[in-house]
Amino acid sequence: MNPEIFALIVPLLAAAVQSGTPVLFATLGEMITERSGTLNLGVEGMMLVGAFAAFLTCLLTGSAWLGFLAGGLAAALFSCLHGLVTIVFLGNQVVSGLALTILGVGLADTLGTPYIGKKVEGFLKYPLPGLSEIPVLGPILFSQDALVYCSYLLVPLVWFLFARTRLGTALDAAGEYPPAAKAAGLSVAKLRWVGLVMGAFLVGLGGAYLSLAYTHLWTTNLTAGRGWIAVALVIFAFWRPRGAVLGAYLFGGVMAFQLRVQALGTNLPSSLLLMLPYGLTILALVVANLRGARSGAPGALGVNVEPEE
Amino acid sequence: MRLYATRRQEPWFWGSCLVVPIALALSLALCGLLLAVQGKPALLGLAYLAEGAFGSTHALQDTVLKAVPIYLCALGVAVAFRMQVWNIGAEGQFALGAVGATFAVMHFSQSPSWVLLPMMFLCAGAAGGLYALIPALLKTRLRVNEIITTLMLNYIGINFLHWLVYGPWKDPTSFGFPMTPQFPAAAFFPRLPGTRLHLGVVVCVLAGLAVWLWLSKTRLGYEIKASGLGPAASRYARMPYGFLVCLVMVVCGALAGLAGLNETAVSAGRLQPSVMAGYGYTAIVVAWLARLNPLAIGLAALLLAGLRVGVEALQLSLQVPAAFGGIMEGLILLTVLAGQFVTNFRFRIDRGPK
Repeated sequence: MNPEIFALIVPLLAAAVQSGTPVLFATLGEMITERSGTLNLGVEGMMLVGAFAAFLTCLLTGSAWLGFLAGGLAAALFSCLHGLVTIVFLGNQVVSGLALTILGVGLADTLGTPYIGKKVEGFLKYPLPGLSEIPVLGPILFSQDALVYCSYLLVPLVWFLFARTRLGTALDAAGEYPPAAKAAGLSVAKLRWVGLVMGAFLVGLGGAYLSLAYTHLWTTNLTAGRGWIAVALVIFAFWRPRGAVLGAYLFGGVMAFQLRVQALGTNLPSSLLLMLPYGLTILALVVANLRGARSGAPGALGVNVEPEE
Repeated sequence: MRLYATRRQEPWFWGSCLVVPIALALSLALCGLLLAVQGKPALLGLAYLAEGAFGSTHALQDTVLKAVPIYLCALGVAVAFRMQVWNIGAEGQFALGAVGATFAVMHFSQSPSWVLLPMMFLCAGAAGGLYALIPALLKTRLRVNEIITTLMLNYIGINFLHWLVYGPWKDPTSFGFPMTPQFPAAAFFPRLPGTRLHLGVVVCVLAGLAVWLWLSKTRLGYEIKASGLGPAASRYARMPYGFLVCLVMVVCGALAGLAGLNETAVSAGRLQPSVMAGYGYTAIVVAWLARLNPLAIGLAALLLAGLRVGVEALQLSLQVPAAFGGIMEGLILLTVLAGQFVTNFRFRIDRGPK
């Protein structure tokens, strides 16, 4: 093929991987939570809380890795509110998740106001020796920052969790048919706590990626709907890690494309370009549903487990 | 000794009366704590908040005016939630309503008020309603989850509004600010004599009455309630579930569209990005706080409007960011949700040896 086309497409695909990575973390996180039976619509809020905690920690300690960890922990801690409302007090999961998002956006914006515009070095691009020299694939996949490489490891790890471990099977049981899990001597409530907090940790890592590796600075509304896109991608991915990768990079591609067209200074108005990722999300859901996505949904998703006599 | 909880047949009435005040008190206390953590005087802050919201006739009028768009959005959201249709898209429907109203003003700008105002109502309601029909059709025809589609349409609607005010509809004399020209005087709502309250308040009362009558006195209203208990059961009873979903969404969108009209014509006097103030999300808090009851929504809307007005006062006096209001709304919603456990379950203590 013509080398000029490569010169255009390779950087775009590299940018697609980068902007898809935060969505990938969040999608995998929400996937774990949903497979254990809890619908958590607080992803947008948790991501923002994670992004802020990561940014603040990195700013104060100077350590990007500590920041990354703090982002995950903050979101995991924050998700306990959802657990308290839905697992302990059996409140409506849809509304509780929305409340979590409203609260998270408010918290991150309020606490973050003094830090708007501040910068951190965070994670810089680190081309992997050897691998990054592979033509085409090298610059796209292996000239990224360390967190992108972490996300490559995470995908098989999540797959392994559900396909090969007892914990994964138990989580699936709690999400698919709680009475069966109970009959097998498992505590559904405990399993749902594990799924919720573990998933929220990954969602928080996605938020941390945004502030530490994507923008390197703090602004309001850093997530701009990426959390919601992650919720949609779980459906698009049929609750399978493989699909999450495909979906996240597809959306990363659209976001990167939209940014590039704007940067080129074309006459296309930025507001119309900004509609693209959201429009594509709807389209992706339509496609997934035409293929019968609901068959992949955990049987007891969004259904609280009631106490019995 | 073990504590058991079992679901009640009927929600405990007195419990539901108690839960909301207790939840409010708890979330206010947590907000005070948050102020204290930031090194601000907590009690003084809460006092400023209350005074800013309800402390004077001026403040009270502000609160009532702000309750208008919140009430209209929440009323529609509550009807949808009753049917277990999770319309999170009031924000986008609100944006389209604002755009529809502006469209009417631009095309009938020379008309007298009695032509212009009805046209604005019509265009705003139709724009919001039709926008809500998209996720409704996607849900009923293709079974696409409405939570996600309505949310994505929020972002699309807001960007559409931005495109208009930054582009084709921008006032050429606005020095580059993204806004349309000021609306003509005929586009403003008539005021109730002696106050700053206006036609919007009357619209709220009428809309509330209409929805209450609709839900409690008509066959369609009964079918909506019944469908909320289970789509499968309602299909079995030969209720037109798909039609009801579309109807509910269109009503919800039209009401949110009217809220958008109210903000554009009355509060801003022109279309500009700041008409989007997150009322669509606040509406969800209000609808749930009022247990989806059209009359209680009025009280809840006043309360949340008061919080928003109060936070503005807090912003001025203690330099608290506006986003603080979101924290309060989130906390109230979470505490009410958790508190509803008491109204839905009864406790029993088993003392015997196990």
